[in-house]
Amino acid sequence: MRIELEKRANPSTLFSILSPFIALALTIVAGGIMFALLGKSPTSALYSFFIEPLLDVWSLHEIAIKAAPLILIGAGLSICYRSNNWNIGAEGQFIAGAIAGAIVPVVFHDWHSSLVLPLMLIFGMIGGALYAGIPAFLKAHMNTNEILTSLMLVYIAQLFLDWLVRGPWRSPDAYNFPVTRDFAPEAILPEMIASGRANLGFAFAIIAAVGLWIMMRYTLKGFEITVLGQSERAGRFAGFSSKRMIWFSMLLSGALAGLAGISEVSGTIGKLQPIISPGYGFTAIIVAFLGRLNPLGIIAAGLFLALTYVGGEAVQLTLSVSDKVTRVFQGLLLFFVLSCDTLIQYKIRLVFLRFGQSSEGAH
Amino acid sequence: MGIIEAILLTVITAATPLVLASLGELVTERSGVLNLGVEGMMVMGAVLAFAATQATGSPYIGILAGIACGALFSLLFGFLTLTLVANQVATGLALTILGLGVSGQIGEPYVGMSGIKLQPIVIPLLADIPFLGPLLFKQDLIFYLSIALVFGVNWFLFKSRAGLKLRAIGDSHGSAHALGIHVIRTRYLAVMFGGACAGLAGAQLSLVYTPQWVENMSAGRGWIALALVVFASWRPWRLLAGGYLFGAVSISQLHAQALGIGIPSQFLSALPYAATVIVLILISHNRRMTLINTPASLGKPFVPDR
Repeated sequence: MRIELEKRANPSTLFSILSPFIALALTIVAGGIMFALLGKSPTSALYSFFIEPLLDVWSLHEIAIKAAPLILIGAGLSICYRSNNWNIGAEGQFIAGAIAGAIVPVVFHDWHSSLVLPLMLIFGMIGGALYAGIPAFLKAHMNTNEILTSLMLVYIAQLFLDWLVRGPWRSPDAYNFPVTRDFAPEAILPEMIASGRANLGFAFAIIAAVGLWIMMRYTLKGFEITVLGQSERAGRFAGFSSKRMIWFSMLLSGALAGLAGISEVSGTIGKLQPIISPGYGFTAIIVAFLGRLNPLGIIAAGLFLALTYVGGEAVQLTLSVSDKVTRVFQGLLLFFVLSCDTLIQYKIRLVFLRFGQSSEGAH
Repeated sequence: MGIIEAILLTVITAATPLVLASLGELVTERSGVLNLGVEGMMVMGAVLAFAATQATGSPYIGILAGIACGALFSLLFGFLTLTLVANQVATGLALTILGLGVSGQIGEPYVGMSGIKLQPIVIPLLADIPFLGPLLFKQDLIFYLSIALVFGVNWFLFKSRAGLKLRAIGDSHGSAHALGIHVIRTRYLAVMFGGACAGLAGAQLSLVYTPQWVENMSAGRGWIALALVVFASWRPWRLLAGGYLFGAVSISQLHAQALGIGIPSQFLSALPYAATVIVLILISHNRRMTLINTPASLGKPFVPDR
């Protein structure tokens, strides 16, 4: 048996809508098999993973909290990936944004003003953008592979944060715990609605995603991103500069990752500590692809991936399986999404070779 | 044993996984496929090697398990990118994310367990050479394999007919296909070789480097291996040199700490990553040299026409 691909004359609209759903279904089936292998009942495990978190207000808020950074980062990454700039260091830009934003409440903790929070958010965005600016500069002017440099900078950012909270920024009254002082109340991102913890970060995420969707759909910049991503040569003929696009997409995605970082520490954690992200920057890559690199799709994908975090915590408690299950789920999901996307461009045919019959597609 | 010998020994131990993983990736990339999943294959190799060693008591079974696991895991990448022509960058990332998750899941019961270290094989006579003997001829099997593989890959790529075909595919898959070379089949084999080498590198981590299982124990080495391939401009000998250079950098933090140099440990730990960035800059800033060295079809999908 052999699998053959036949290029479609036009990309299939049907499959470009269906493929994420097929991928989701396959992931859930694979997840059920995984739970069965772990000796748990697949139906009750999947129920507490995917359905239960949707049934009470507390976990809905948790989903919004976790979806916010995923959507913010994923939407920015979609612009990068559409323009063929492979920024995979969003995790580092998230941390850089958190550190830069935290300068105000940690270093100038005696300064109380309503300007604190806006300044933090701006610093966060600048921090993330500057950190993404390093691989952007290296790619645009030194011809260096942005995949590797942006990823290496993640490790460096993590170590730098670790040093900060154990060294110069450690709180004087935290009994040697590696944390900074708690942010003052005016440095805390307010909650959105009274019913729970979800903060303004979620609103930022929705605004950013919708804004980017409008940019991609209705502006020349959006067209430029698409053209340069599909063919740099065609873009050059149209007078678009791929160097400027490197800068634009990387700084934009860095700024959004930085905003996500400072929103997370200001809204959810309330201080800096050695670990501030359960891998949001990497999960956002899955979000970007599951959302088909479309900012609106990314909102839905971000909510779903946030559900896998919350659901993962739920099964950890109810079925005592490890939290690694979440990572496995997320990895499987990306695999299925990427395989199903083949259906958009190609028809897939299974070719069975019978005795005496030559393979027809060999030439 | 003198202090210099002791330091060089640790450099060799730190360099071996880098050499192995990047050697596999070098062959994969020479065939025109960019597999960013090295980190994932490596960590899978590490956990399976550890588990198999615990189950059987023999680290040699562990090595085989690591190799087999890396090769099988890479097939997943091969199926998506070669058969389903999925985006290679994204699929490689998926492989890494999945590998880190699955290995954490598999390795859960082994956390904190003390492992079985792979014992060195002393080569008679040669091991008695002063200085060099203990360094090069009192090593474990994986070290010997890594050196043999560098020789072997170099011979294969530049002296054998199959290697010529593999390079032809990497430089122009269209022309190679027109000449009747099996592009997809060769690429599958190259991807699996890369996976097997990454799995072996992982086995080295959990059986030699630190004989235990720690979650995410590859700690970015898979990514450094990818950078090493660029550093070596896709040549095995340069890769060997680069691997040892990086091994030295990554081990320097431990020695600096032991000597009590007053630099925060985090900065020293960041050294290998910073060094990778700097090396990449130095290697790539000459755009023309990079273009000449890079396999021309690297990362481009191939669908046979009919």
